Amino acid sequence: MATFNLKINGKTRAVDVDPATPMLWVLRDHLDLPGTKYGCGIAQCGACTIHLEGNAVRSCQLPVSAVGKASVTTIEGLSEKADHPVQKAWLDHDVAQCGYCQAGQIMTAAALLKRNPNPTDEEIEAQMSGNICRCGTYVRIKEAVKSAARK
Amino acid sequence: MNNDTTGLDRRSFLKASLISSGGMMLTVSFLSSFKSADKAEALNLPDQWAQLNGYIQIMADNKIKLICPNPEFGQNVMTSLPMIVAEELDVDWKNVTVEMGPHDNIKLGPQFSGGSNSVKMYWKPLREAGAAARQMLREAAAQSWNVPVGEVTTKAGVLSHPNGKTAKYGAMAAKAATLPVPKDLVLKSPKDFTIVRKSKKNVEGQKVVTGKPLFGLDYRTEGMLIAMIQHPPAFGMKLKSFDPAEALKMPGIKDVFSLKLYEDGFEQGGFDTRTFNDLLVVVGKSTWEVMNARKKLVAQWQPAGDVKDVVTGREGKKEVVVPGALESSKAQMEQMIEYAKKPAQELRKDGDPEAAFKNAAQVIERTYTAPFLAHNCMEPMNFFAHVTDEKALLAGPLQAPGWVEPTLSKLLNLPPEKIEIQMTRMGGGFGRRAYNHYLSEAALISRKVKAPVKLMYTREDDMTYGIYRPMYTATYRAALDADKNLIAFHVKGGGVPEHPIHPNRFPAGAIDNYLAEGWQIPSNITIGAFRAPRSNFNAAAEQSFLDEVAEAMGKDPIRFRLDLLKRAKENPVGKNNDYDPDRYAGVLELVRDKSGWGKPGSEKYSRGVAAYFCHASYAAHIVDMVTRDGQPYVERVFSAMDCGIVVNPDAATNMVQGAVVDGIGNAFYGALTHKDGAAQQTNFNNYRLIRHNESPKKIEVHFVQNDKDPTGLGEPPFPPVFGAVANALYKNKGRRFYNQPFQPELEKVI
Repeated sequence: MATFNLKINGKTRAVDVDPATPMLWVLRDHLDLPGTKYGCGIAQCGACTIHLEGNAVRSCQLPVSAVGKASVTTIEGLSEKADHPVQKAWLDHDVAQCGYCQAGQIMTAAALLKRNPNPTDEEIEAQMSGNICRCGTYVRIKEAVKSAARK
Repeated sequence: MNNDTTGLDRRSFLKASLISSGGMMLTVSFLSSFKSADKAEALNLPDQWAQLNGYIQIMADNKIKLICPNPEFGQNVMTSLPMIVAEELDVDWKNVTVEMGPHDNIKLGPQFSGGSNSVKMYWKPLREAGAAARQMLREAAAQSWNVPVGEVTTKAGVLSHPNGKTAKYGAMAAKAATLPVPKDLVLKSPKDFTIVRKSKKNVEGQKVVTGKPLFGLDYRTEGMLIAMIQHPPAFGMKLKSFDPAEALKMPGIKDVFSLKLYEDGFEQGGFDTRTFNDLLVVVGKSTWEVMNARKKLVAQWQPAGDVKDVVTGREGKKEVVVPGALESSKAQMEQMIEYAKKPAQELRKDGDPEAAFKNAAQVIERTYTAPFLAHNCMEPMNFFAHVTDEKALLAGPLQAPGWVEPTLSKLLNLPPEKIEIQMTRMGGGFGRRAYNHYLSEAALISRKVKAPVKLMYTREDDMTYGIYRPMYTATYRAALDADKNLIAFHVKGGGVPEHPIHPNRFPAGAIDNYLAEGWQIPSNITIGAFRAPRSNFNAAAEQSFLDEVAEAMGKDPIRFRLDLLKRAKENPVGKNNDYDPDRYAGVLELVRDKSGWGKPGSEKYSRGVAAYFCHASYAAHIVDMVTRDGQPYVERVFSAMDCGIVVNPDAATNMVQGAVVDGIGNAFYGALTHKDGAAQQTNFNNYRLIRHNESPKKIEVHFVQNDKDPTGLGEPPFPPVFGAVANALYKNKGRRFYNQPFQPELEKVI
């Protein structure tokens, strides 16, 4: 066990855990931030996507010991009032069905638009293809990403 | 359509009561609202589903709280069901908040999400619940204002009288709650709907996009432990012995033990299906610690041999022998080919098919296969349980809480009233969460460790546990006479461990000589309902076969189907044809017209069409395929649906789009195979699910407009996607694909 002082959603949070613990479980089990989801545990589905210094990463493969001073953003910290352009676009397009994968989809999309504010359809597909939606909301996700890009 | 007057029969009751905040709560129960016909298509429904209640709470400040009675797994019932109540209650949707109801089959009805039943079975009772409350509010206003009740009107939560008096519902709610419940109700005419048929956003959308803890895996309580189960490495294996010592030494671990799910002779209900009975359990403080300790388990497994189960299903109590062999998909496929040659059970026969085939000028025969499929809900199976000697609290994702309650009551030796089941939002269901073994496992583990516990399956546990879509095959034969008329049709279908045949479905009823047969091979690989059970294979096989027959007859595939439907309508063959030819033809005509079928403009696409009827709704799709880098992709899709009144059009469109994507994904990639009883796919690195870049760019969904009572949409759009994909693939590659998934075979020919 070791103590880590993590910068999460703009606050410093201390946790005392096994250094190998993936951030996914640190967030969910130790920091009461369950918005980040477990889907596969092997970085194949994207449900656990968070931002590390603004980049989308799979938290199931990120040991807490590797985070250091990097700032972490989770779905809970993406905006103050659910008003991030990507969140708003998701609501406008009523994207969700079961909703389980959508936090990961939103985090991937938000990171994509930050880096590339006007992605082509192909760029959206390429970037979003690491995020599985079992309900099949892909058509709406793409429309929502394009709407958010226009904002 | 006229206003629908509905009489509440003697068995019905409504109960109004004041709530502490000064408002009214109306409890409505309609025993009469369920006709036996509603049961037919669903899964093996237990017979006790009967009562239905809707909860309406009207606060003094005119806020309306509506309870969603049915579990939510992404079909959006938390929005659509309250919309139905709000419509008849006549309130402003802006003032409505929605809560998921508790598990209470007495007050809230069947509470079963599955069989595309939610809207269909709750439509009338929820309308009556809303209309009854509105009527009582009008009566309260009439008495307060001393005017005839017939002169009191409502609009968006406001009562008014021509003399100028107005009052908000909230002001009359307390008085209304003291009034007798009306006997006769007048329901709105569909032309007067102001909420139903107008798209409303998902009431939980905001919570979804902000990551609120909605799901079973998010549920936690103070002192809650995490549990995981190590199941045997293969179907047909069981636990021989284990050594907990190393695992117990790991940090955070509280207990390691084995546990039997069902004791010998336990009478299983229809949805108590389980694969493994000996549970090797690790319980600890946190998920990561339990995952690590599990790797230190030392266990020996042994062949389970044949196992006798006592099952009480639709056909009463019976003993079922589960074979003990370690099965492999390759051998199962060979076994299916052998079985297909043997005599099978006759399921339907019209005319003299043997003679017709004998006298045919041409016989077309094709065989289709499909593999086991895992449901792969994005949220793996999990459940929270806190069981003591006195009571049990359970919370998690479940499609039918009422079906597990009797099981739990027996397992825990607690009366049902001491068992509370809370329904969390489900991260997908697709039929998987109608089977409740994981809830029972969580309950037994909590009782053993005397603490609140959350049982969690890893993705690997979830994918390798069982309860799959069965493995199927079917051989179709068509007989043509010398003038290329279709004179006989034969389908012989089988599977592991069930056959897929629905003998009374189209094209039964449209062909003079018709034969349907079925056979099945027992297996220890457990199966369960998977989005449109059986239909999801039949539509694939039958709809691509019909395409081939149409081609052999020199007919356009849509024209061919419409001609058969015309025959089925004008001069039906046989009895019990379980489809409406007009509605079936309606979706085909709609999709034909919307897609510009047969008209210039779609030359760049390989087009495939298919239609199907199941779960009370009609679906037709035209898929347009293109080739990119040598690989065929479905680029765009036109869909036409007839599900009667569309309660929430945009959400309904979303569900059809999702079913189309799901169908394309499973047609191309979906497969779970076994070797010596062990699943060969264990996670998303080797079980391929459709992704963004493989999904269509556009899915255009059209609904037939009519005023028929609504039916479901979760399943009906799914099955015909497979057939449409197969038919488009034929146009694209110039050859037919008969074995799902198509991608492995495609890769051989690309």
